[in-house]
Order: sequence, then C-alpha cells, then structure tokens
Amino acid sequence: MIGLQHYLTLSAMLFVLSIAGIIVNRRNLIMLLMCIELLLLAVNFNFIAFSRYLGDEMGQVFVFFILTVAAAEAAIGLAILVVLFRNRRSINVEELNTMKG
Amino acid sequence: MYGYYLTIVLAPLAAAIVAGLFGKQIGRAGAHTVTILGVGISTVLSFFVLYQMVWGGAESENISVYTWAVTDGLRMEVGFLVDRLTALMMAVVTFVSLMVHVYTIGYMHEDPGYQRFFSYISLFTFSMLMLVMSNNFLQLFFGWEAVGLVSYLLIGFWFKRETAIFANLKAFLVNRVGDFGFILGIAGIVMFTNSLDYVEVFGQAESIAAQDINVIGGMPWNAMTVICILLFIGAMGKSAQAPLHVWLPDSMEGPTPISALIHAATMVTAGIFMVARMSPLFELSTTALAVVIVIGAITAFFMGLLGIVQNDIKRVVAYSTLSQLGYMTVALGASAYGAAIFHLMTHAFFKALLFLAAGSVIIAMHHEQDIRKMGGLRKYMPWTYVTALVGSLALIGFPGTSGFFSKDYIIEAVHASHWAETDPLVYWIAYLSVLLGVFVTALYSFRMFFLVFHGEERMDAETKSHLHETPWVVRGPLVLLAIPSAIIGWLTVEPVLFGGFFGDAIVVNEATDPLLRLGADWHGQVAMLMHALKTPVLYLALSGLAVAWYLYLIRPDIPETIKTKLSGLYNVLDRKYYFDDLWIKGFGGGGRRIGDFLWKKGDELIIDGVLVNGTANSVGRIAGLVRQIQTGYLYTYAFAMIIGLTTLLGWLIWLR
Repeated sequence: MIGLQHYLTLSAMLFVLSIAGIIVNRRNLIMLLMCIELLLLAVNFNFIAFSRYLGDEMGQVFVFFILTVAAAEAAIGLAILVVLFRNRRSINVEELNTMKG
Repeated sequence: MYGYYLTIVLAPLAAAIVAGLFGKQIGRAGAHTVTILGVGISTVLSFFVLYQMVWGGAESENISVYTWAVTDGLRMEVGFLVDRLTALMMAVVTFVSLMVHVYTIGYMHEDPGYQRFFSYISLFTFSMLMLVMSNNFLQLFFGWEAVGLVSYLLIGFWFKRETAIFANLKAFLVNRVGDFGFILGIAGIVMFTNSLDYVEVFGQAESIAAQDINVIGGMPWNAMTVICILLFIGAMGKSAQAPLHVWLPDSMEGPTPISALIHAATMVTAGIFMVARMSPLFELSTTALAVVIVIGAITAFFMGLLGIVQNDIKRVVAYSTLSQLGYMTVALGASAYGAAIFHLMTHAFFKALLFLAAGSVIIAMHHEQDIRKMGGLRKYMPWTYVTALVGSLALIGFPGTSGFFSKDYIIEAVHASHWAETDPLVYWIAYLSVLLGVFVTALYSFRMFFLVFHGEERMDAETKSHLHETPWVVRGPLVLLAIPSAIIGWLTVEPVLFGGFFGDAIVVNEATDPLLRLGADWHGQVAMLMHALKTPVLYLALSGLAVAWYLYLIRPDIPETIKTKLSGLYNVLDRKYYFDDLWIKGFGGGGRRIGDFLWKKGDELIIDGVLVNGTANSVGRIAGLVRQIQTGYLYTYAFAMIIGLTTLLGWLIWLR
C-alpha cells in the first residue's frame, strides 16, 4: 500500500534534485528555469498528498493557482531569457555576474 | 571739568577716525590738519586741567561716564579718575604727541601712507589717554591693549619690510606674555574684592594683604604679593624690563616719530605709571617690591651696556630707553614713586628729543642709520647738534638739566630706601646697578654723539653733497622739546618730589618713604648742585663722557683693539646676552617643536591617521572581505538562501 510518506519522500527527492540543479548547473539558464518549475511541482506534490490525506479539497485548488502562476512565470522568464540572449549573445550562467560586489 | 575730560579723550579719537576713514577725501594736508587740531585741543585742555589741579585748587575727581555691564555685583564701567598724577601724565602724553605730530609732517612727507600714519598716532594718543585717565582696571586693560595694538600697527608701518613684520610680531607676542600676567593680576583683584574700581580696590587692600592664596599645591603665598607680581609682569612686558625687553630694540623698525612717541616717551612708561597708580597695593607687599627693584636694577645696568656696542643710531637710543626705564623701575621698587614719575616726565622730554634728533639726522643722511658712516655733522646741522647736545646732557644727568634732578634723586632714593636696612643684598644690587649705570649711560650717549656730530666725515661723497639742516617742521619740535629737557627739572623738582604734589594719588608707607627722608635734607636746587659735587654720581657721569671723548675722538683705534682683545665679551654684548636666542630659539622654537609634534603625531597620525582615515580604512577592509561573498552568481545566492532556510527550519524544529 502506498502511503503518505512515500509521496512526501518523492516530493522531497524532487525538491532536492531541483535545488541541486540550481546550484550545480553553471552552463544553461534554461536549465535553471526548468529546475525552478520542478521546485514548484515538488511543492504541488506535497499539497495534493496532504489534500488527499486530510480529505480537504482546498489543497488541490491551491495547486491550480500555483500551476497558473508558474506558467505565467515561465513565460516571463523565457521572455527575459530571449532579451538577454539578444543583448549578450550568451545564456551562460558563468558569464552573468554583473552583480558581483 | 567733566566736559573737558571727555573732549580731551575724544578729540584725538575723532581726528583718528576722520584721518583714517576719509584720508583719501581730505588729502594729506587735511589729514595732518585734522589730527594736529584734535591733539592740539587735547594738549591745551590737558594743560588747563593740570593748571587747575596745581594752582587752581581743583580737587581730584572720580567720574563714572558709562556703565557697560553689571554682572553679579561686578560693575564694568568707563570712567575717569583725574588727580594730579593723571593730570601730569595727560600733559606729558599730549604735549609729546603734539610735537611728534608736527614733526611727522616733515619726516613722513614722502611716504605714501601719510594719512594712515596720522590716523594711527592720533589713535595712539586716544588709547594712552584712556589708559592714564581710567578709574578702573577694565578700562586700564582696554587702554593697555589698545596702545599695544597701535604699537603693533606702527612698528609694522612699512609692512613690506620683512624685518618690520618680524619686529611687530615679536613686540606683540612678547607683550602677550606680559599681558598674561597682567590679566591674571586683574583677575586676582576681582576674585578678592569683586570690584574693578580703583577706589574700592584700594579700600580693600589691607584685607587682600591679610589673605593667602595657594599658587602651587600646598604653598600658601600672600595674596597681595601674588597679585602685585602678576601686575608687575604686565608692566615688564609693556615697559620692556628684562627679560621681556627683547621687543623694544626691534621696534625701532617703525618710523622714527613712532620710536619717539610710543617706544620712548609714552607707551613704554605705561608700566611705570601703572605701578605708581597701584602704589596702595604694592606698598603692602615687600616681596613684590623686591622683585620690582631687582628687575629694574638688572635692566638699568645690563641694557645700558648693550648700548655701547650698537651701531644703529636708533638702537643706541632704544637701549638707553631700556636702561632709563630700569631706573624708573628701581625707583618704584625703592618706594620712591614720585621720583619714578618725575623721571618718567623728564625722560619723556629728553628721550623724545633724542629720538627726533636722531630722526633729523636720518632725514639728512637719506635714511642711513649706521653711526659708523656718519661723523662731523655738527657744521651741517647746527640746530640738530645743539638740541641733541641738550638731550644727551639731560640723559647723562649733567648738573642743572632735567635728567640730573630726576636721576640723581632716584639714586639718592635707593640710597635712602629701607632696603639698606632690611635686605642688604637687594640694596647693593640696586645701588651698584644705578651707580655704575650712570657711567655706562654717559659712555654710550656720548659715543653716539661724538660719532655722529664730531670727528671725521665718514659718509660717501654722494650723501655728503646733499647734507643740509632739516626743515622747520622738524626743527621746531626739537627746540620745543629741548627747552623742557633743559629746565623742567629745575622748575619742578621741589614741588613734585617734596611738595606732596601727588597727594592721595600715590600712597607710601611713611616709615619707608625714601623721599620723605630726603625731603628733610632739601635746601633748594643750588644746594643740591653743590651736594652733587660731593657724590660719586656726577664724577661717574663726567668720566663716562671723558672716556667716550678719548676713545672715539682722540684714539678711535682703541675701541677696535678692545673689540678684538675681548671678543668673547663683545660677542655676548653683540648678541644681547643671547636673550633673543633664548626667546626665539628656546621658547619660540620650542613652542614650534611642540606644535610640530602635535601636528605631525597628534593631528596627522592619531586624529587623521588612526581615527578618521583609520575608521574609513577598516570599514573598507571589512567591506573588502564581505564583498567576496557577493559573487554575482545566482546559484551562490540560491545556495545561501537554502542554507539560511535550513538553519531557520532546524532552529524552529529542534531548538524550540
């Protein structure tokens, strides 16, 4: 029988994987955006698992909101990415350090 | 009389303001007309006041003109105390000042600063009158500082000369040393009496003398001694007593009329006047009087010696001024205040005369002041010659001249003073100094006189062809000053010294009053002349004259020989006992080294280096370290956020 703890474990694994992706990935900005999406999905996973476990529909409603916002965010993120590429001819994370103190 | 007093003071001030602020509009003639008019009015009224005081039976007056401020019972006022002492000083100051004003027309007629000069000397007359007429310590201090300021301005009158600027700064700084003591003395008086008014302070003199004051931890000093010595330090600065005398010879950088008026006849005697005015205080402190007499004696003798080696005509006269001021101070210390004021008066006439005569010579020599380049001027400048002779004779105390009476009575007063019984050491220092000083005075006076007016003509042909007697505006004052220099002693010695002339103005303890003792033996001027034949004083003066005559006219080679034989002594004299070095290199240089140390180490190193720039630098260094964290890479920030979040969560879960 698959219980709550399995879902939560999977969710935590996804979360850690995506964080590792953000930290370790030093090449591609698109990969970064994808990892952020994956982070949100991991959170969504938690919501749904708890929704089912507690029998509360609110969690699933929340997931829809998060998905909508994530889609909008991905659109804006990709738009910024396109502009960035036009300006700098590169989406290499290593080179994007103008905020260096 | 009130209106007269105000006019006497304000007329020169008004003239100074007009000449100073509107000098361009009124022109040269306007400037000297208005200032001579102002000082002339003062002179006439001062003589009228003196006449009223002495023969008209006028009482001394103590008038408060204006109350400036009252604070905590302390009244700060402008007021006049006019008694016979003041009246005499007023007459001397205004008369000499008037003579100098007239003389200046001739002396300065080519100078571009003509109006400025007249404005300054009128301002000086105003300040000096404020000083002598004051009835309180605050106004005395005002006058004291005002004459100091004008003296500063006038020494540096030719402000493009490096030496003049140095001299006026030196005069100002040395006077600050004296004024420091002076203002502390006034502060002491206010502390003990809570009053600035002369009459009130003198009324409480006994109670001050009964108290002690702790100066240096645990050493009680008599309050009156401390106050009097502090006041006398002020007088030492102003009246150029050793070791604060160094400014006076240098002040000769100013124009000659100024040397005559300020640095010989009037301002430098302010210290003498002040001590005489404070006689009710000084009489109560024997210690202070001992200091006064010893300082005076040292100045009288040792400064005279310096006059022998000087070659600048004005500096010789300047050193003789120092020496004569020393005589006056000795008289003060011997409680013979009357003799000091008497010598002050005669000295004002003959020293102003000598300076103006020197100025006349300088005009004729086209501003050459070195007496080694003069000689034989007698036949070119007969008027100057005769008046300078009168002045020199008065200076050495030749029988019958004014200087004879005043100086002889100072020496007699020292001889008759209580110091002979109470403190033989003080007595012998003072007595020997004034006695030997007579010889020295005669020597340097006539050395200069012979070198300038007699002997071979050592000037170059160019100067020689232009030699001529000076114009009447220069000669007139010389003659008018020569008359009192010659006769005023004879006329006034009896009333001033023995007639109780000063009344209540000068208070002397009857038991120790040397003039009272001398007065018992007074049998008229002729008897005094006869008596002088039997004292060493006259013979010392004559031998000084004879030595000068022999050394500088008959055998001019001897002084050179002495100079080479005694080069060590000559160097000491030529370097003025190294006092200049002491003050300039010792105190001035030391002060500057301390200043340099504080500047380099205190300011630049500690304050700028460690505190101000140090703070900025350490902020910079810390920021430099912290900056390493700001990589600019997104993943670093994300990582930091995760670490932070984990820490927060861990804290929330396990530690709460």
